[in-house]
Amino acid sequence: MNHKESTWSLIKKNCQSYGLMAPYFILFFMFTILPVMIAIVLSFTNFNMLQLPRFVGWANYTRLFLENEIFIIALQNTLIFAVVTGPLSFILCFIFAWIINDMPPKIRAFMTLVFYAPSISGNVFFMWQYFFSGDRMGLVNGFLINLGILDDPINFFRDARFIMPILIVVQLWMSLGVGFLAFIAGLQTVDKALYEAGAVDGIRNRWQELWYITLPSMKPQLLFAAVMQITTSFAIADVVTTLAGMPTVNYAGDTIVTHLQDIGWIRFEMGYASAVATILFLLMVGTNKGVQRMLRKVGT
Amino acid sequence: MTAVRPHGRLDAPIKKKEVKLAKRTKRLSRSTSGTVALFMFLAVFGVFTSMPIVLTISRAFMPLDELFLFPPRFFVRNPTVTNFADLFIIMQESWVPFSRYFLNSVIITGFGTLGHLIFASMAAYPLAKNDFPYKNQIFATVVLALMFGAHVTGIPNFLIISALGINNNYLAVILPAFSAPLGLYLMKQFMEQIPDSLIESARLDGASEFFIWRKIVMPNVKPAWLTLIILQFQALWATTGGVFLRSEELKPLSFAMNQIALGGVARAGANAAVIFIMMAVPVTFFIFSQSRIIETMATSGMKD
Repeated sequence: MNHKESTWSLIKKNCQSYGLMAPYFILFFMFTILPVMIAIVLSFTNFNMLQLPRFVGWANYTRLFLENEIFIIALQNTLIFAVVTGPLSFILCFIFAWIINDMPPKIRAFMTLVFYAPSISGNVFFMWQYFFSGDRMGLVNGFLINLGILDDPINFFRDARFIMPILIVVQLWMSLGVGFLAFIAGLQTVDKALYEAGAVDGIRNRWQELWYITLPSMKPQLLFAAVMQITTSFAIADVVTTLAGMPTVNYAGDTIVTHLQDIGWIRFEMGYASAVATILFLLMVGTNKGVQRMLRKVGT
Repeated sequence: MTAVRPHGRLDAPIKKKEVKLAKRTKRLSRSTSGTVALFMFLAVFGVFTSMPIVLTISRAFMPLDELFLFPPRFFVRNPTVTNFADLFIIMQESWVPFSRYFLNSVIITGFGTLGHLIFASMAAYPLAKNDFPYKNQIFATVVLALMFGAHVTGIPNFLIISALGINNNYLAVILPAFSAPLGLYLMKQFMEQIPDSLIESARLDGASEFFIWRKIVMPNVKPAWLTLIILQFQALWATTGGVFLRSEELKPLSFAMNQIALGGVARAGANAAVIFIMMAVPVTFFIFSQSRIIETMATSGMKD
């Protein structure tokens, strides 16, 4: 009783703080929190945007897992993307930032640009189409034919064997984003005195230095970058649609998100699509939480 | 003797010695073979990452005959600007005037970025500096929002925006952009390093929280402004409006550019020019704001 009253008076005392937060959080609630709740509710209904939603229980989920082979393929592809590009891009982000960190500021700034540019340059991933174009004009085909390795061009984006590997390469290429910048910044703020102390304590080479000093002091950045990399690697969709089409040949490159767009925006089965969205939500948040727990153990 | 002590100071040689010693201990922990291996690694990946970007620049200035050459050419030999001229012609002939697409992009990125900067930093200040009930829960929700993408919320957002009556309106793209979680997160982390004494003294003078935010906090977090601006600018610059902007006259530049980019062989020249332009804008932006962004990112870490 007493506690409740003090909370209320604290809220009243801080009304200006809540006032400052209100504009942002009203919109945040409307366009982020509420949509997640609506998606979860809709996932238990049959909804086509014309008629009112009808409650169907777990039907959408059983249909997804038991009757929808494409969803299983899309789920597998998404997990492959997440398991391959997620950790790999995270590690690459760190390694590049770590090597760049020892360079003079001008070169460091240039190298940062080289690695960061792909993630911000909009649709430049379109350029990979010229590398892997299916005719002789494609750089890869042209190069291989010119060398006599190939007789006929390979239609990379129409051949199920090549779609996933190429998409993984492209995704990795553009995955050095905000997490990479966080690493660059974090490495510059590691206390130099720690390295000197480490040298006194018998750290012999840069690898030991990295493991015992740098990584533990970078823990907050590691946690942040992991969230960024995981969220992006689960959301792969635009690259797939632009390069390999929608749907891809034999669904070889389809992901949960492209499948969701297919069900939702092409077939207008909004309840069914919401079930896919809910699963995606649980996958993303679950993986993030798990990885956070793992990374907290670094250096302890 | 004077050569050793350039400033004639007695302690100069001693200092020099210390520096040398420190350098030597540092070098002990760095093997040459390791350095070479790391730099080779960096060089290989650097070439790999920059290849598509170099190709974009190269193709933008290639004359048509070079674009269709076999074997395909990577570097341009006779650079020309005819591709940009072709693009200009296509733009003029398009059904919706190109200036309209451009205006749409300016409206969407301009207002979307500005509103995001103001709303997110307004919310970030109390979260960073004040203590009040449910503060941690509120911030935890924002961190949670970083963990899932916009794809999860797409369909419900469409319903909400339709219910608000702003479907097929700039607001359908601008309003959700105001509340992007990453900006608030970075801003809040950066604001935490503002000294409390600054804020306390203003509070003793009877300043309102809004005044403190506007006059004391905001001038002190300019690097973070730039970071929020560029991150949001990139996101909105690349947006095509999707299902939210259906009318052709509301579509942004990136939509029109994508249409040209998908135009195929007949428009190969204009196509190469378009991709170059779409890339050049955010990259130039980043080049000029890089150091400020890195400064902001230094506080981006997640604490336990």
